[in-house]
Amino acid sequence: MLKIPCPFCGGRNESEFIFGGPVGANRPDPNAVSDAEWVEYLTIVPNPLGPVQEKWWHARGCGEWLTIWRDTRTHDIVEGPDGA
Amino acid sequence: MQNYNIFSLARNALTGHKNWQRAWRSPPLKPAYDVVVIGAGGHGLATAYYLAKEYGVTNVAVLERGWLGGGNIARNTITIRSNYMRDESIPFYVKSVAMYEALTKELNFNMMHSKRTMVDVVQTYPKMRELRRRQLTMDIYGSTYEQISEAELRRRIPALTGGGPNARLPVIGGMVHTDAGVNRHDAVAWGYARGADELGVEIHQQTAVESLLRGADGAIEGVQTSRGVVRAKKVAVAVSGHTTTLTETAGLKLPLRTMNLTAFVSEPVKPLVDVIVNCPDSGFYFSQSDKGEMVIGGAPDMGQSFRRDIKQHVFEDTVTAMLSLFPSFKKLKLMRQWGGHLDIAHDASPIMSKTDVEGLFVTAGWWGGYKAIPAGGLTLAHLITTGQPHKLMAPFTLDRFRHLDFVMEAGTTTAR
Repeated sequence: MLKIPCPFCGGRNESEFIFGGPVGANRPDPNAVSDAEWVEYLTIVPNPLGPVQEKWWHARGCGEWLTIWRDTRTHDIVEGPDGA
Repeated sequence: MQNYNIFSLARNALTGHKNWQRAWRSPPLKPAYDVVVIGAGGHGLATAYYLAKEYGVTNVAVLERGWLGGGNIARNTITIRSNYMRDESIPFYVKSVAMYEALTKELNFNMMHSKRTMVDVVQTYPKMRELRRRQLTMDIYGSTYEQISEAELRRRIPALTGGGPNARLPVIGGMVHTDAGVNRHDAVAWGYARGADELGVEIHQQTAVESLLRGADGAIEGVQTSRGVVRAKKVAVAVSGHTTTLTETAGLKLPLRTMNLTAFVSEPVKPLVDVIVNCPDSGFYFSQSDKGEMVIGGAPDMGQSFRRDIKQHVFEDTVTAMLSLFPSFKKLKLMRQWGGHLDIAHDASPIMSKTDVEGLFVTAGWWGGYKAIPAGGLTLAHLITTGQPHKLMAPFTLDRFRHLDFVMEAGTTTAR
């Protein structure tokens, strides 16, 4: 079980949260990108062997959405690159 | 190849079982092959076997980082079924189930196939409606699904004593899939390995592929392994959870993410349940192995994971759900637990496809890929040799993402 740092509630059990998926690229302007780039934005997420940034929703707590960096090899919650 | 039959068994018994041949060779690694298959798991070995058997391509190397059959083929729950949702999926799995049933004879290797039926225990009306809708689609493609009453369900599974009228989720009925079965996972890996080896395919264990190599024209040229460069004009990636780790070395992005799925096994007990029991509303399924162990599968972890282990609360949630329907299992001791990391595609359907890199093929996104091994191997071999997708796998190429023509599959475990 992860202990996820909620900005309001502090470290709380993973079972209070709902997983919101990995953080992908920012939404591009559909009119400014090619079809291939648009499909890539829609379907491709980072899948690293290492730290990944992901969204969690403290649904059974304060309701806050937050992002963490988590290492997919160890489940350790880690510092993101450049202090993200 | 040494044939396995009653006479060879008797002959070897008389000589103290000291003269059995090795099931496959360990030849020296050559610098080049016609086709390199990465991953000696179910799909990799089946692909190599059908390349040689059906398409006459025998200059094939299967490269394996660890040992043969040591990945997800050793980490699944051996359930073989074809109760899927989509027109695209059902014929593929119907074919695969039929191929599994004939595999013992095909490979001269006892798969211990046990066609024992799968029963869904349904506890909500939306799930019942969804399964009945699945039944109507499955009827078209020759798969079997049939609704049964709660009384019939409890008659067939006497151990199902929970889920009564006062439960939070009372059992309301069941669905029966008579095509489903289980078999022996090691036999699948070893049988395909032995069959492929006999036809000239080379299997190289302890040969980790570190990266994919592309030539000046961008086409695949070979692979960099821990034992040096191996060249091939055609490379097939069959590595489950690590697909993107490898394809990224060729600059290829795929719509996959890797997740961990939980399973565990109880101590062996006397025969108690003779069907595969699936409880989609409670989020677990199990079958009793021939040895008597309860082989139990749970829900996937939240978030991506390459850890191949089990999270305590996922395990506890699964056990809690199971005890609510099968209270007598409280006395069972659990023996082993494990996770498997598998990659799941954006639409939860598999990907078997050529890629933007000429000569590079992937078979990935196998969420519940054990049941798909025979048909997956056959259709990938077809794609590698002819360059055209087999008609059973045509809906599962990467083109579907290009056209946003997804095959949203509700028949996989993730649908929970």
